[in-house]
Amino acid sequence: MSQYSEQVRHVCSLGALQSVLAIDRAVPILHAGPGCGQKLWGALGFQNGCQGSGYVGGHSVPCTNIGEKEVIFGGDDRLKEIVGNSLKIIDADLFVILTGCTSDIVGDDTGEVARRFQEQGKPVIYAETGGFKGTNLFGHELVVDAIIDQYLKPANTVEPGLINIWSVVPYQDPFWVGNLKEIESLIAQLGLTPNVIFGPGPEKGLEALGKVPKAQLNVLISPWVGLKNVQHLEEKFNTPYLHYPVLPIGPTETAKFLRTVGQNAGVEEKRIEKVIQKNEAEYYYYIERSADVLLETRLLPRRFITIADSFYALGISKFLINDLGLLPEKQYITDGVSEEYQDSITAQFKNFADGITADVVFNSDGGSIHEDIRKMKFRSRPLILGSAWDRVLSDEVNGYQLSVSMPVSDRLALNRSYVGYQGALRLVEDIYSIVLSDFQ
Amino acid sequence: MSINLNISEVAIRENRLGSVTGYQGSIKELAAQASSCSLKNKERCFSQSSACSSGCAQGYLSRIVDAAIVVHAPIGCAADSVYSNTQNKWGEKVRNWKHRNINVINTNMVEEDTVFGAVAKLKEAIREAYRRFNPKAIFVTTSCVSGIIGEDITSVLDELEEEIPIPLAPVFCEGFKSKIWASGFDAAFHAILTKIVKPPQRRTNKVNMINFSGSARKQIVETLARFDLEPVFVAPYSTVEELSKMSESAATISICGTLGSYIGNGLEEHYGVPYVKTLQPHGIVGMDSWLRGLGAVTGKEQEVEAYIREEKEKIASDLAEIREKLQGHTAVVGMGPSFGHNYIRTIQELGIKVIWGATWHFDPQYDNGKTPASTELLASQEVDIPVSVGDQQNYELLNLLNRLKPDLYVARHGGSTVWATKLGIPSVMVADEFSAFGYHGLIDFGYRLSDALTNRSLAKNLSSRVKMPYTDWWMAQDSFIFLENEVV
Ligand code: SF4
Ligand code: SF4
Repeated sequence: MSQYSEQVRHVCSLGALQSVLAIDRAVPILHAGPGCGQKLWGALGFQNGCQGSGYVGGHSVPCTNIGEKEVIFGGDDRLKEIVGNSLKIIDADLFVILTGCTSDIVGDDTGEVARRFQEQGKPVIYAETGGFKGTNLFGHELVVDAIIDQYLKPANTVEPGLINIWSVVPYQDPFWVGNLKEIESLIAQLGLTPNVIFGPGPEKGLEALGKVPKAQLNVLISPWVGLKNVQHLEEKFNTPYLHYPVLPIGPTETAKFLRTVGQNAGVEEKRIEKVIQKNEAEYYYYIERSADVLLETRLLPRRFITIADSFYALGISKFLINDLGLLPEKQYITDGVSEEYQDSITAQFKNFADGITADVVFNSDGGSIHEDIRKMKFRSRPLILGSAWDRVLSDEVNGYQLSVSMPVSDRLALNRSYVGYQGALRLVEDIYSIVLSDFQ
Repeated sequence: MSINLNISEVAIRENRLGSVTGYQGSIKELAAQASSCSLKNKERCFSQSSACSSGCAQGYLSRIVDAAIVVHAPIGCAADSVYSNTQNKWGEKVRNWKHRNINVINTNMVEEDTVFGAVAKLKEAIREAYRRFNPKAIFVTTSCVSGIIGEDITSVLDELEEEIPIPLAPVFCEGFKSKIWASGFDAAFHAILTKIVKPPQRRTNKVNMINFSGSARKQIVETLARFDLEPVFVAPYSTVEELSKMSESAATISICGTLGSYIGNGLEEHYGVPYVKTLQPHGIVGMDSWLRGLGAVTGKEQEVEAYIREEKEKIASDLAEIREKLQGHTAVVGMGPSFGHNYIRTIQELGIKVIWGATWHFDPQYDNGKTPASTELLASQEVDIPVSVGDQQNYELLNLLNRLKPDLYVARHGGSTVWATKLGIPSVMVADEFSAFGYHGLIDFGYRLSDALTNRSLAKNLSSRVKMPYTDWWMAQDSFIFLENEVV
């Protein structure tokens, strides 16, 4: 992580409270300062596609609101009291205690508190997510690990065709609901049974979690987040995993994705190809129909920059280069990728169509990224795919800007997806709507 | 009461003003206890995530146009900068300014920093903030982590004083220290008072207008011009230079008593700038009182009276019309204490009956040692109003709203109107501080309430389809059973 950092594009591990909220009927209980929650859901939710409280988020989240007393005398008693009363007051089926920096520094024994409730048969688990430990993407992994260790029970059988889907981080990705739905639909088209945990719907949430141990395969679609989790699942339940590092956007990558998943899950090749063909035909119907205007609008961007988390930086680059014929300027990855994953992600950026490669910079400090970009010489108006922070920069360098990566405070995101064939069409619509509305 | 500018850290509201976050009773009782210094706080044995001082301090200071903020904390504590940046753009839009990003750098404290400290990192971040933003002042805000591990911020800033030739101001706003997030405003203003404000060279016709976004800017400029006065909007959207001259102004006025108390009284006590401690300018009675207060300290009584007469005449028929529409409706108010107690009166002026007033904290006195005028006025009315104080504890509030079933819920601070709406209660969020500003503002606000009452479909539909996150058991309890009896 950067030494210092300007322009928040991810938050701290406690931000994983939003991952808990993404599980239907689960509620986080924060053992943290009074302001942590509000700042985190503000940045990851409200200011990121207008993702609000939902069922039990925002100021409904139970919290010990650690004060001077708990800092001096320890917060275990307060935590016990808050958990006990949460069980009475909040209508939920899973309670996840998450610690903030304060309680981790003070050294409260949160595990012990959680175990007390577990012994009484209460659905209470915990994760130590003190913000100084890392990013909310890392925190998301901690939460999933806590669920694996403290909530999942081994299964007696393996259900053939059942595929657990692990991918974008809820709320960090403002389009997570739509994206997961799209992945789900692609997997289902292969004749497999996708099992998605996060998001709305009666078959998701705790029901989906219950099925995790009997899946045939864990599919992780992510540059790095979640790798530890699927490895953990393999250790614990012997479920093999497939790590697909690119968020598939557009026909080239999505076809590759479908083939890889299909082959790994034992789907007949004919069936895979049929799915691809059908989807590509539909995709190209639209692209063909708009191609004249896309090609003949004088203002089309030729070069693009992403300033985004690794999901979007990589996924969008692949799409814009391999499918749409754009060229990459530097690509900035802002989700605090730890060194162990950087090489494999960089390698992906050296591997585009026609031998095209892109320079990648891992940097969470938006201010220094902006300084870098201001020094670049552009021969046409660049397309900047980033966050709301980049609107000001885009004006300065006369670019076109679309917010896709946290914080997306300038857009409302409901069920839009940027994944697969449908998602690629949405992305093309969004990019070119900006270009067209810019001069009108 | 006195405001000490020789210390680097201002005491939190609980200790300085005796402020509380736990109370249930009536406005008359509350005012009586406040004036007799017998008000005691109550704790809760269940709580929901509230808010903290650092958020208030950072959000407020980051909108000074040519200052920079260094947030000495792990990255989560700087997450509010996202919201602040959006907010900042709102105020820029109001002024037709070009957008900029706010100048905030975070020291990104990590695990090892919590063990070994991070003063070296802090120094680097301050140097970098100076290089990047070329600011006229740098505010360094603290966090729970920097506070608990005992980072010596003051020494760091002293050491950098020679190297960096601008004011470097520490802002002590650790969230764990106070349950009252408004303590963060005091921390911000203490930094401004001690490090930015210079002793006066002259007296000007300027008026320090303490506020947030300044959306009523044009109107205030015009109104004050009638009295040969000129507002300086403090602190967001001002420059460090403007702030440094607050000591030369003819008076200080504030849109919010909670916000203005420390800076207003501080400027009065130390530099003789009179602070107008009247009602706040929401609605007619509030505006009358506020303008008269300003007139009295600037010698413009007659001009003010003439203005008040004119304005009231202008709205007379509109007021009668909107009162007619709203007459007989009931409302619950949920806001910070100054807004809350001023808006109860304002809403009453529209003919609505306020059946409960919840405030996010309560100050039994301001920094001049006096009970807020808005509280005293409510307490002097014939009808007593039930009130409660809580740091935005939604479980309590929702239980209460479910029981009271008012026609309207009127709130300030994000995160409560959505829940009232889910209960089927039309709700209005006072996001802009000038929502019911003075005479015309009252009329506009009245129509806003009336619109909310006219089409209730969203509230109705939501409430019939979504479930509240509370158990039936809880919704059947008395709203205040978790408010502990023992006095702490
Ligand atoms: S750690 Fe403390 S300062 Fe930081 S957000 Fe939480 S309560 Fe506020
Ligand atoms: S960094 Fe730590 S203290 Fe700050 S918001 Fe995150 S958990 Fe809370």
